[in-house]
Amino acid sequence: MSPETKAKIDSLIEQNKIMVFMKGTKLMPQCGFSNNVVQILNMLGAPYETLDVLADPEIRQGIKEYSNWPTIPQVYVNGEFLGGSDILIKMYEDGDLQETVEVALAS
Amino acid sequence: MISPDQVESMIKAGIPDAEVAVQDLTGGGDHYQVAIVSSAFEGLSLVKRHQLVYEAVNSAMSSEAIHALSLETNTPSEMAAK
Repeated sequence: MSPETKAKIDSLIEQNKIMVFMKGTKLMPQCGFSNNVVQILNMLGAPYETLDVLADPEIRQGIKEYSNWPTIPQVYVNGEFLGGSDILIKMYEDGDLQETVEVALAS
Repeated sequence: MISPDQVESMIKAGIPDAEVAVQDLTGGGDHYQVAIVSSAFEGLSLVKRHQLVYEAVNSAMSSEAIHALSLETNTPSEMAAK
C-alpha cells in the first residue's frame, strides 16, 4: 500500500464518524454483502459516508491490508474497524449496533 | 474455486480444535458459509475471531479461489447456551 493510499484511508475514517468501504454506492450497491450493510445503516437512520472501491483499485487493495481483513465491505466507526457484513448483521440482531452508533454520533 | 472439504481442512489446520460446518451457498465452490465452534474464540471480539479464520484460509482468499466467506463463530460454551 502506498503512503498516499494509507493517508487517504486515514483521512476518510478520521473525517467520517461512520465510514463504509463498499462495492457500489448507497443507492446502487454492487454486491449483496455491501447491500446488507447499507440496508442496516439506513434502518438505523445514521448518517454515514461510503467509498466505492470498484472505482478506486488502490483503496480496494489497500483497505484489505489496512484492516487486516480480506473482504469488502468494511465499516469504520469513530476511526475503529467495526467489521464486515456478518458482524454488522449480528451486532444489529443483538442490539449492539444501535448502541455503538449512538455513542459514536454523540461523541 | 475450492471444495468444501478443502475449506474445512484449511480451517482445522489453523484452529486445531475447531468444529467446522461448511455450506456451499451457490454450488459454485466460491461462496461459502461456515459455522465454526472453537475454544480459541474465548475472550475474543468478533473481529478478532473472524481474523483468526481469515488467517487460516488466507491463501484461498487472496487467490480469490473463495470470493465470499460468511462466518459464524462461537465458543463451546456459547453453543451450549443456545
